Amino acid sequence: MSQTATLPAGARIDDDLPPALRVRGYWSSVGVRLRHDPATLCFGAIVLLIVLAAIFAPLIAPFDPYKESVVLRLKPFGYRGHPLGTDELGRDLLSRLIYGGRSSLLMGLVPVCIATALGGTLGVIGGFAGRTVNAAIMRTMDVFYAFPSVLLAVAISGAMGGGMANGMAALALVFIPAMCRVAETATAQVRSLDFIEAARATGAGTFTIVRYHVLGNVLGPVFIYASSLVSVSILLASGLSFLGLGVKPPTPDWGLMLSTLRQSIYVAPLSCALPGAAIFVTSICFNLVSDGIRSAMDVRL
Amino acid sequence: MSTTLTAPRPHAEDVGGPAQPLLIARDLAKHFRVRGGSKTARVRAVDGVSFTLFKGETLGIVGESGCGKSTLARLVLHLVERDGGELIFDGEPVGAPRGITIAALRRHVQMVFQDSYSSLNPRMPVQDSVAFGPFVHGRKKPDARRVARDMLVKVGLNPDLFGPRYPHELSGGQKQRVNIARALAIEPRMVILDEAVSALDKSVEAQVLNLLRSLKQQFNLTYLFISHDLNVVRYVSDRVLVMYLGRVVELGPSEDIFTNPLHPYTRALLGSRPSMDPTNRIEEPPITGDPPSPIDPPGGCRFHTRCPFAEAVCEAKSPELGAWLERGSHVAACHMLNAGSGHSAAPA
Amino acid sequence: MLGYIGRRILFAIPIAFGVSVVCFSLVYLAPGDPLQTILPSDATAEMVAQIKQAYGLDRPLPVQFLLWLGHVLTGDFGMSISTRRPVILEVTGALSNTFMLTSFAVPLAFIVGYTMGAIAGCFPGRAIDRVVTGASVVGVSLPNYWLGIVLVIVFAVELMALPATGMGPKGSAEFSFFRWSDAQYLVLPVVTLSMIPVGIISRTTRAAVSEVLNQDFVTTLRAKGLGEFAVIRHVLKNSAPQVLAVMGLQFGYLMGGSILVETVFTWPGSGFMLSKAIINRDIPVLQGTILFLAMIFVATNLVVDLLQSVIDPRIRRS
Repeated sequence: MSQTATLPAGARIDDDLPPALRVRGYWSSVGVRLRHDPATLCFGAIVLLIVLAAIFAPLIAPFDPYKESVVLRLKPFGYRGHPLGTDELGRDLLSRLIYGGRSSLLMGLVPVCIATALGGTLGVIGGFAGRTVNAAIMRTMDVFYAFPSVLLAVAISGAMGGGMANGMAALALVFIPAMCRVAETATAQVRSLDFIEAARATGAGTFTIVRYHVLGNVLGPVFIYASSLVSVSILLASGLSFLGLGVKPPTPDWGLMLSTLRQSIYVAPLSCALPGAAIFVTSICFNLVSDGIRSAMDVRL
Repeated sequence: MSTTLTAPRPHAEDVGGPAQPLLIARDLAKHFRVRGGSKTARVRAVDGVSFTLFKGETLGIVGESGCGKSTLARLVLHLVERDGGELIFDGEPVGAPRGITIAALRRHVQMVFQDSYSSLNPRMPVQDSVAFGPFVHGRKKPDARRVARDMLVKVGLNPDLFGPRYPHELSGGQKQRVNIARALAIEPRMVILDEAVSALDKSVEAQVLNLLRSLKQQFNLTYLFISHDLNVVRYVSDRVLVMYLGRVVELGPSEDIFTNPLHPYTRALLGSRPSMDPTNRIEEPPITGDPPSPIDPPGGCRFHTRCPFAEAVCEAKSPELGAWLERGSHVAACHMLNAGSGHSAAPA
Repeated sequence: MLGYIGRRILFAIPIAFGVSVVCFSLVYLAPGDPLQTILPSDATAEMVAQIKQAYGLDRPLPVQFLLWLGHVLTGDFGMSISTRRPVILEVTGALSNTFMLTSFAVPLAFIVGYTMGAIAGCFPGRAIDRVVTGASVVGVSLPNYWLGIVLVIVFAVELMALPATGMGPKGSAEFSFFRWSDAQYLVLPVVTLSMIPVGIISRTTRAAVSEVLNQDFVTTLRAKGLGEFAVIRHVLKNSAPQVLAVMGLQFGYLMGGSILVETVFTWPGSGFMLSKAIINRDIPVLQGTILFLAMIFVATNLVVDLLQSVIDPRIRRS
C-alpha cells in the first residue's frame, strides 16, 4: 500500500485542530518546560559544577589531599597558598574538599540507583502480580519501613563493620522499600486503566504488556521519586561517615572530615564548618533540581 | 444495515460455512465475589445468558446500567474467566481441548471500548497504539506501523497528521476512530463495540456510526453492539437482545422488537423514552423504583418485583427464553408467553 | 470502631515480628563467627559453653531465633561486651535521656513549625510564604549534625554562652532540668534535634491549612459574616489532625534517629550508646538498642494511627 493513501470517499475529518500544529513528544515538552525555569537551571548548573569538580579533582585541586605536614596543621585561610587553610594533619583543606566530593557523591548516588533498579522491579512485579505475591512483597517492605531510616542505615552498616561498600549497601536497603512502594502504587494505578485491557484483548502476554504499556507510565513517578532521594542519600551517607561507618581514613570525605575537624573546634572553628557547608550546598541543590524536574514532568495529560 | 441479513460474502477465514452462526453462547455465567460482605454473597453479573450471532449481522445488546452487558462483552473475549456455560466460535468450542484456544479466539474477535480518558496509552503516539496489535501477532515494527497507518486512513484520519500525536491531543471522535483502527488492525472477523459511541456528541456519533457501517461492509465483519441508547441500537442493529439483571429478557429482529415488544420490561424501556410529540406527553414513568441489587436478585423471574403483570408463578419459577437458536425468531422470557406456565395471561 | 482498633493492632504484630527477625539477623551480618561477636575476647570456656547452650548456636537458625526471642521477651538482651553489664539496664538508662531530649524537641518543633506553616498557609504566594517554604526546604536539606556543630561554634566557642557537650556538670546521674546549670546543656541539642521536624511540620501545616482554606465550608463561614479571626480558628481546628499525626510520627522518628545529634553533643542517650557500641564492636548492645528503638517506632506509629482514627472519623471507614 502506498504511503500517501487517500481518504475514502465520504469520510470527513471532524478535527478542529489547525493542520499546521507541530507534534511534540512528551519528553521534549518536559525539556521545553525546564528550559523556561531559571531557578532549576541555575541549581542544576551548580550540581553539574560539583559533579565535574569531583570527577576532575586531580586537575583542579591545588595540592595532594593526602600529603600531611606536621608544621602546617590547622593553619587559617590563605596561609602560604592554601586558600582554605589546612586540617588537623596539615593537609590542604580545599583539595580535600574537592576530592571529598567523590566519595560523598558516590555514596549518595549509587544507593539510589541500586534502590531504583531493585525496588522499582519489585514494585512493578508486586503491582502486576496476584494478591498473594503482592502481599508477600509489600508486607516484607513494611517491616523495613518500620525502622527510622537513620537507625536502619546505622544498624546494617554498623553490624557489617563499616566501610564504603557496606555503607552503600545499607543505604540501598534503606531506600528499596520506599521505591518499591512508589513503583507498586504507580503500577497498580496503571493496571486498572482501559488501554491495558485493550492490550490484553489483542492477545499480548503479561511481559509484553508490562514492557510496552506499563513501564512507560511507571518510569515517570519512579524517576521523580529517585531524584528526590538523592539529596536524602547524600545527607545519610555523610552522616554514616561522620559516625565512622562510611569511608575509612585517610580517604577524604565530607562527613568524615566533619568528624575529625570537630576535635579542633576551639582552635579553628571555621575550618570545621566547611565540610558541612559542602554537604548542605550539594544536598539542597539536588533537592531543588528534583523539585524542578517534578514540576516539569508532572503534567496532567 | 438490514440488507446484510441476506447471504453475506464468506470471510477469508470462514470455517463453518454461511449457515453456521459465528458465535453461539450457551448459559454464560459470571459471578463476582463481594468483598467485605458475607462470604457467600456474589454479584451475579451474568447469570445464564444464551444467544446466537450470525455471520455478517449486527446484534445489538441493550439494557440498563448494571444489567451485565459489559461483563458479557468481556466474557466473550475471555478478559474475565467464565464461571459457567460455553462459547462456540464458528463451530468450535472455545477453551475446550479439541476446540479453539483463547489466544486464537482473540485473533478473530476484537473490542472497541468506550472513549474514556484511559482507553489509549497516554504515553504512546496513537499510531504505536494501533500498531501494537499487529506487532504482538508477529509483525516486525516497521511493518506493524505501516499497517497501523493504513488503518488510520481507513478510519478517516490522515496518518501523517494524526499518527505521531498523543491521545490528549485528539478530540473524542478522533480518539474513537483510533480505537476502531486499533481493533481492526489485526483483521478480526468479529468486533464487539462496548458503548463505543456513548461518550460522543450527537453529530460525531453519527459520523462514527456511518464509519462503522462502511467498515463492516469493507471488511466483512460481524458486530456485537452494546449500548444503553435505544435509538442508536435500533438504527444500527439487525437483531436486538434485551438484558435485565444478568439475564436475557427478549431477543429478536430489530424492527420487531421496537414495534412489537413482547416482554413487559422491553415495553417499559421503550415507553420510557421521552416523547417527541408535545401533544402526546408521557406523564408517568412506566417503571418505578430502582432495579434490585444484583447481589441478591429476586427469585424466579428477575423482573417480577417491578412488573405490573406479576403473579405467584413469576416469583416461583424462572421463565424460559424459547427458540433463541433460530435466526428469525422473536422470543421473550416471560410466563405470559409460554403455554402452560401457570400464568393467567399465558396461552393455553 | 473497636474492630478497626483491633485490626490495626493485629497488623502491627507481624511487623513487630519482622522487625525482631531483622534485628536477630544483624548478628549474622557481622563478619566472623556469631559466637565471637556476642562474647568478649577473654571469655572463659564455660561462658562460651553457657552462651552456646542458651542461644542454641549450634542448632538450626529458626531454633536460634526462637531461643533468642524467648530471651528478649523476658528482658534478657545479653551482656554488653565493653561494660559487662546487662544490655537492658544500659539501654533503658540511655533511653530516658533520649526521651528527655525528644520531649522538649517535639513540642518546640510543633510550636515553631505550626506557627510558620499556618502563617504561610494563610497567605499563600506572598513573601512570608516563600520565606517559610524556603526555610522548610533548608530544614530538610541541612545535615542536622552540622547545624549542631555550627551552633556549638557560635554559642560555645565564640560567645561562650552555652556548654558544648555533655549532660550537666555532674553527668547524667544527677541531672535535673529545673536547675539552669543543668538545663543549659539541653538548649543546643534540643534546638538542633528540632530542626528537621520544624521543616517537616511547617511544610505539612502549610499544605493542610491552604487545603482547608480552599474548601467550600470556609467560604460559607465567611458569607455568614464570621470575622476573619474566627474563620482562622475554624481552619486551624480542621487542619490540626494531619499535623498532629505528623508530629506523633516525628516523635518516634526522633527517638530512633537521634544518634547523630547525640554524638555531636555527647549526650548520653540511646543514640550515643549506639555509636559507642559501633566503635567498640559491642554487638549485643547494638542489637538490643536497635530492637528497642525500632519497637518504640512501631508502637508510636500504631498509637498515632489509632489516635487519628479517633479524631478523624473519615479514616475509620477506609
